[in-house]
Amino acid sequence: MQRRDFIKLGGVGMGALTLPLSGVAVSAEQLLDKPMDVAYKKKLADIALNAAKAKGATYADARIGRYLNQFVTTQERVVDNIVNTESAGIGIRVIANGTWGFASTSNMTPDSIAKTAEQAVAVAMANSKFQTAPVKLAPVKGVGDVSWQTPIKKNAFEVPIKDKVDLLLSVNDAALTNGANYIRSILFLVNEQKYFASTDGSYIDQDVHRLWAPFFATAVGKNGFKQRAALGNPVGMGFEYLDGREEDKIKIAGAGIGYKNSYDMVEDAAAAGKQLQAKLKARSVEPGKYDLVLDPAHLMLTIHESVGHPLELDRVLGYEANYAGTSFATLDKWRSGKFQYGSEMVNLFADKTQEGSLGNVAYDDEGVKTKDWDLVKDGILVNYQATRDQVHMIDQKESHGCCYSQSWRDVQFQRMPNVSLKPNEKDISAEDVIKDVENGIYIAGRGSYSIDQQRYNFQFGGQLFFEIKDGKITEQIEDVAYQSNTQQFWNSCAQLAGKSDYRLGGSFFDGKGQPSQVSAVSHGCPTTRFNNINVINTARNV
Amino acid sequence: MTILTEQKAKQLLTKVIGFSKADEVECNLDGQVGGNIRYARNTVSTAGEQSDLVLAVQSTFGKRTGVATINEFDDASLQKVVERSEELAKLAPENPEYMPLFGEQKYLKSNTFFDTTANVTPADRAQAADDSIQPSIKNKLTASGFLEETVGFSAIMNNKGLFAYNQASNVDFSVTIRTNDGKGSGWVTRDYSDYKLLDTQQASAIAMQKAMDSVEAKELEPGKYTVILEPAASVGLLGNMMNAFDQRSADEGRSFLSNKLKEGEKGPKNKLGQKMFDERVNVYSDPQHDIAPSAPFAGNGHALQRMDWIKDGVIANMPNTPFWAKKSDNDYVPEPNAYVMEGGDESLEDMIKNTRRGILVTRLWYIRSLDPQTLLYTGLTRDGTFYIENGKIKYPIKNFRFNESPIVMLNNIEALGKPQRINGSMVPPMKIRDFTFSSLSDAV
Repeated sequence: MQRRDFIKLGGVGMGALTLPLSGVAVSAEQLLDKPMDVAYKKKLADIALNAAKAKGATYADARIGRYLNQFVTTQERVVDNIVNTESAGIGIRVIANGTWGFASTSNMTPDSIAKTAEQAVAVAMANSKFQTAPVKLAPVKGVGDVSWQTPIKKNAFEVPIKDKVDLLLSVNDAALTNGANYIRSILFLVNEQKYFASTDGSYIDQDVHRLWAPFFATAVGKNGFKQRAALGNPVGMGFEYLDGREEDKIKIAGAGIGYKNSYDMVEDAAAAGKQLQAKLKARSVEPGKYDLVLDPAHLMLTIHESVGHPLELDRVLGYEANYAGTSFATLDKWRSGKFQYGSEMVNLFADKTQEGSLGNVAYDDEGVKTKDWDLVKDGILVNYQATRDQVHMIDQKESHGCCYSQSWRDVQFQRMPNVSLKPNEKDISAEDVIKDVENGIYIAGRGSYSIDQQRYNFQFGGQLFFEIKDGKITEQIEDVAYQSNTQQFWNSCAQLAGKSDYRLGGSFFDGKGQPSQVSAVSHGCPTTRFNNINVINTARNV
Repeated sequence: MTILTEQKAKQLLTKVIGFSKADEVECNLDGQVGGNIRYARNTVSTAGEQSDLVLAVQSTFGKRTGVATINEFDDASLQKVVERSEELAKLAPENPEYMPLFGEQKYLKSNTFFDTTANVTPADRAQAADDSIQPSIKNKLTASGFLEETVGFSAIMNNKGLFAYNQASNVDFSVTIRTNDGKGSGWVTRDYSDYKLLDTQQASAIAMQKAMDSVEAKELEPGKYTVILEPAASVGLLGNMMNAFDQRSADEGRSFLSNKLKEGEKGPKNKLGQKMFDERVNVYSDPQHDIAPSAPFAGNGHALQRMDWIKDGVIANMPNTPFWAKKSDNDYVPEPNAYVMEGGDESLEDMIKNTRRGILVTRLWYIRSLDPQTLLYTGLTRDGTFYIENGKIKYPIKNFRFNESPIVMLNNIEALGKPQRINGSMVPPMKIRDFTFSSLSDAV
């Protein structure tokens, strides 16, 4: 990635978050221009596929993409930036001489597309000299002309800029008048208009929408400062997510509110202000072993790091060894059929089909119909996440539909689908989970997270920590992080709330690959209890 | 077309400014070409080439600003991008922190561009990858690596007389080499401005040796140890600390550089001029540095000079923005593009030889902040961690999780070695006492 493709946000709790901002900035009204006619996209895609085949490709796919982003950033009473970007072009992937080749262009003339397809074949031919085994694709039956759209109720790009600015400034005001001294709030809106065609006979038109509305608030006290980030989640929804409906609020006595299918950002900011003041006065945790009750907006990240990543088949096989690393969940453990990933009540599944999730599409970026499948069943490791060219390595015949590229410009590869923890069949509440805990800590919101390159040892913080004594939340505490080992941790899972408590959290900018690409992924789970986990104190004098 | 000469860039930007009706207009023109090759399991997995040229126009009416960018360069497109930025500016609310653009600047000459990097071909990349893969195959090891080179230019012009232009080239290489049984892993990274300095075979030999030497690692108890951090190990902690250098957050009480004043107490709000580290700690930036040169101007076109950030352990400067500089009655201090931390003359080998008991750390991984006021970070060692006894590497040890602050690290210095270029900056190997490891990891 090139440095100029990023904007840097020196936000609270974000360190210096760099955001991918590839594309051409356009005015707001232009983002609503009609997308390119499907029949014309089909004609351009066929030019690419035919040119590739004519040069000797045995397989080809073309992705014509129009990627729209809008970012609104504010701090305290000031709007920092309003950025609209558009990026359009075509990415062509081929197999020639049994080897992958890829090329992309923003020049969408028929001539340029044909040349780009030929370039992709040339790259494949050149690399085939170093290829040790030919690419083997799991079969996919062409689906002809199909289309799909994220089921949104309010297109976020059609909401006036003024309404967005007013919302963020109200959020900032709520935090500042309730105890915060500083706040940065942001709206990220994404629309991927993707057209996929392949020599298998598929022509798939998809219109994908995503949204994230985070804030990062700070309060400064006599002895230092404290931070609190938003408890809302990034979602595969429209602007209706920010309606903050009462029925989507889950109240935990003594700990505040969690959000389900919609988010009240102003209410959360007001709570953040008050909780920041409490944080400044809160007792520092006594290190030791505790039973942890983890709320879904926190546990989602633990799932992401300790289940999602280690079960990516390309990591298991060594394709990511030089960057993100490999995995402890090796093929021999899976083949044994006995590897106890978690306790018997742990059921983890993958999908790209849950409505409202960040991974939700009808087809992946290599034309595979999306589905759901088990990763861990009754505690046992049963499967991985794989693409068309990988499934034969785990003796399976059907791709899982996990292929994704961040733009037309980049080559698609295996990316994490939604990975979620099934709720308890008995529909008990989060408070029911808390009431059985004698000596524990309730943790809400995602905080600091770090895990080793094979996903054994991890350490996670959070946004809010509450002591649990004899089944009741007693007080807000600070400086909590827990250290564990993935297998040990999931085997200590002792209780789950039911489906009424099940919520989707997510990661909007998950990085992987070289050159690095981002993707967005959700993780659903209920409030869950883990027994006897090692808690450390993160306060230190320097 | 992607890499424009200074004269061509000036002509193009002059034309763009000519289309502007705004009170203030600033244009950034950036072009870049590059290629990469990626390999894993001892074979090439992906390879590609990209080129791009992008123009960004920022228009301002009063204190209302809009930005638009484009990658088409006919007259109609240039006019369109100016108009789009002006439309956005009129829609935007007033930004009370907006500051006027800078006028003409004088720039240092930097040595950031090398033809050798511009002339790299796909065949060169394939050969470089093969030079790394073949020795691994011969030694029954598995190599996974990535090589990427880029050549680019950056030009800035505004309607207040400022024009800046710089060309730069860069090559990044890294390889992880693992034993086939997965019990040993080694890693190395190199980055240069000049491609001819890259020798992937020589670099890979280091990763290969570490992979072979790191099998059958023993467990040491977590605790405080004397460590020798190779530059790739300390650069993450140092970089995070330097990124947190910011006058505004320090003045606002939300930084490790804030002074904690009691209610009613008067005094400086930040730690400028205070000693925070061992007196051997000196960090500066210099666009003209021999080994790690960088562009001689900031993103807004302001000239960059050699600047001390930490001098003899004392905070010498903090970057700010033009707005904060004015508000706090200070000079504007732009952020640098790269850092240089001074060291000594000792090589890494000498430092090991002079260590009675300690741990050699190749790199630190997954570094995350735990507390921004103490700069406490966590993360793990990776790809080669060894126990040193009586001046010799005795045996490999299992990886550790650390919980440590660079403030502590730079106060517990035993020795500093000869700085090396890493991630575009210069960092010495460091021998640090009482470095805190909090738990063991099974990861190899």
